[in-house]
Parts: sequence; structure tokens; C-alpha cells
Amino acid sequence: MSYLNSQDIHQFRNDILSTNGEDVSRCIQCGKCTAGCPISPEMDLQPNQVLRLIQINDREPVLRSSTIWICASCQTCSVRCPEEIDIAKIMDSLRKLALEAKVPLGAEKVVKFDEIFLNSIQKRGRIHELELVMRYNLASFQPFKDAHLGPVMFARGKLSLLGHKIKEMGSIKEIFKKSKRFIKESV
Amino acid sequence: MQVGYYPGCSLESSAKEFDLSIRAILEEMGISLKEIPDWNCCGASPAHYLNEELAVALPYRNLVKAEEAGLDKVISPCPACYSHLKHVHEEVAKDSRLAERLRTIVGKAYQGKVESKHLLDFIKEEIGVERLKASIKTSLNGLKVVSYYGCLTRLPGVDIDDQENPILMDEIIGALGGEPLDWSHKTECCGASLSVSRTEIALRLVHSILEAAKERGAECIAVVCPLCQSNLDARQGDIFKKYGTLFKIPTLYISQLIGLTQRLGFAQLGLNRLVINPNDLLLEKGIIEK
Repeated sequence: MSYLNSQDIHQFRNDILSTNGEDVSRCIQCGKCTAGCPISPEMDLQPNQVLRLIQINDREPVLRSSTIWICASCQTCSVRCPEEIDIAKIMDSLRKLALEAKVPLGAEKVVKFDEIFLNSIQKRGRIHELELVMRYNLASFQPFKDAHLGPVMFARGKLSLLGHKIKEMGSIKEIFKKSKRFIKESV
Repeated sequence: MQVGYYPGCSLESSAKEFDLSIRAILEEMGISLKEIPDWNCCGASPAHYLNEELAVALPYRNLVKAEEAGLDKVISPCPACYSHLKHVHEEVAKDSRLAERLRTIVGKAYQGKVESKHLLDFIKEEIGVERLKASIKTSLNGLKVVSYYGCLTRLPGVDIDDQENPILMDEIIGALGGEPLDWSHKTECCGASLSVSRTEIALRLVHSILEAAKERGAECIAVVCPLCQSNLDARQGDIFKKYGTLFKIPTLYISQLIGLTQRLGFAQLGLNRLVINPNDLLLEKGIIEK
């Protein structure tokens, strides 16, 4: 998977380019993205390292990193990049590529939460916050996580117990049925 | 004047007070809101990589529903909802293949007639500071406020203010008689998207934001995002347990601060719903009476 034994040394960079139009070759390794990244202390690869690894076609460590999952998509890196590379957009594409490649995911919990989130929309058309958090806690084997917040939030009227289901559930089901996981599949 | 409204999922439960206070302050200024009929969740961030088409199809349905109801202008108070509606509206206008594909998925065509507004640019452009001032009956009496914008100004499709040094909220606070404080953490991320799955990261970020606010001498924090609010407000107990600092800084929605100067009721503005209760602070500053 690294450039040493690859046919095309630009393959990884080209994959990113064709997924979202961002050209990683332009990165000059100034490190501004990493310097401003609020999540960098918890990341196993720093944002500028991710870009460098894409440049040298080293796919596996990037797709297996925790970085691409714990990136909060706050867009600070994208706003500050002197080469105007939309790094947050690249992180989003890397998540798709990691799922496609079926590599072990660098932060399982984040993906689990997001899957439950989408499933919640599929069932109701809207998010029911209490149900979402409870389902996530059960699925991640920590049923009492944040339970201490429950009584406070409930007393403040911040937890709706029943949630809302939209009327046209048929149209939501149709949207879920027809939507393709990757836009390029539908072309 | 009637304007379209897309409250989004959080404003139905954890951020109910954002919904209550927005409706109340706009009504004071003669504006009524009409919800997009039977709106759905915008898909937030999870849809982006889990299902690309879904991420654009969900907001697209809302645009179609708004258009069907004749709503040519829609206010979305939640930054994520706002960004999604605006972004999809723009993408559909410039990409005919995407437009065609979305028409097939959703089963209806969007004509591109819905203008999206966030609460802040709606207040600035459609209401104006003068009309806002005309609606107020009292002052924030020099209340020291730091405005926290989070990632709002950097989200895709959003172009309402400077991305890293926004001032829209600060201007409103000044107009209300408060003292807007310039500070370091206006647009630092609160980590809300990780608040459930990687709580320790969100706590570290919230701690640094609260610390910066305190250092600057802020008496409260003003916000415009349901996730920022719950993260900054409800996590202060956890912050105390982990870092040993008891901040007790109230986090109010900008709409609640506006409502206070319009002399709207404490409960009417949902101020009783905040975890860190601002009652004592507001009494002490003479903004509310016993």
C-alpha cells in the first residue's frame, strides 16, 4: 500500500482529487492546520501528517487512524490553509474511503454513534435526543454513561420523553431506500 | 410580516428555550413564524460520510416542503440546519445532474426559491439594529458578555460574518446596553459532535472556553447554537469533577438576552430551563426585578 511497491505513486492523491476535487499535492507542510486544530492532542496522526502520507501514497496508516474519525469538522484548518486546501472536506472523504476499504476503524465509537443517529432519522424523520443517547449507551455497553445529567435535564424540561414522528414517513423511507452511499455510484 | 421557520430537532427538546425565546422576541417586533410543514432532520454530520446522497436529500426535502408552503425566506436558528439548507440550495443551483438526481430521490422538484437565513443575519439585515432598539424597554445594564460563535461562521454555505472574528452578536449585545467583551475563544470549537462518543475531548475543549471567558471577566456567555449551549451549560458539573474548577457561568441564547431587554418573562424566554440559572446574576445587575 505504500509508494515503494505501488504502480501509481499518485493513486491515493488522485482518489482524494476525484472524490472531492481537493488536490493534496498543493500542501507545503507549513503545519498551520495542525497548529490550529482543537482536537490535535487526541489525534494519532496530525492533520499535516495525514496530508503528507496522502502525498507519498501511504494509504493504510491514514485510513486506520483515529484522526479521520475524531476530526470535529470545525473547519478551522480549511479556513487557515494558505494553499486553500479544504482539509475538513478531505477528512470527510477519508472516512468514506476507510469504510469502503473495510479496514479496522480508528475510532469505533464515533461511527457507532453516527450510525444510530441516521437510524433514528430513518425511524422517525427527526432525531429524538433522549432515545438517541440511550440507544448509543446500550450499544456501547455503558448504559449509565451521562445518567447523572438525566435528572437535571429532565427537571429543566430539556428531555422530551416521547419525541416526534413526522407525518410523511413514506417519503422518508423512500429517500433512505433510494439514496446511494456514494454519489459516484448513482452516476 | 410572516417568515418561514425551520427549528430543527434540538429546538424540540434540549434547546426548547431557544425556540421559545426566538418566537417571543420576533413577535415583539411584529414578525410571526411559520414552520416548514412536516419538516425532517437535516442529517447533521453523520450523513456526510455514511450516506452521501442522504446528506443532500434530507435538506432537499425540507426545501421542497418550504417552497410548497410558499415560504420564500426561512430562518434556521441551528447553525448545522442552516448550513445544510443553504449549502444544498446552492449546490442544486450550480449542479444540474445533482438537481436531477435529488428530484428522483425525493420525488419532487425544488425550484430554488427558498432563501435561508440564520437568526443573526436575519436580525441584522431584515430587522436592523434601529428596529431592534425600538423594541427594547430596558437595558442589559453593562452586563459583561462574551459572544461564543463556535463553528457557525465557517460551515459550508455560511457567509454571514468574518470567519474567525465575527461581530454580529457583539453588535447586538452593545445595542442592548450590555458590554460585549473581545476575547480569544469566539470561534474555538466546543467539540459538541464528540460530546456523546468521546466525552473527554469535549470536556477539555469546554474547559478551555470557560477558562478563557472567566479570565476575561465575563459574567455570562451568549450563544446561537443548541449544541454549544448544552455543551457549555450542562457540562459544567463534569468540568468541576474533572478539573476542579467551579465556573457557574450562565450560557444564554442571544434571543434570551434580547427578550430580557424587551421585558419578556423569565419562563416565557425559557430562562428557567438553563442548567446554570442566571436568575441571581440578572437580579444583581438590575435587569430583572424580584
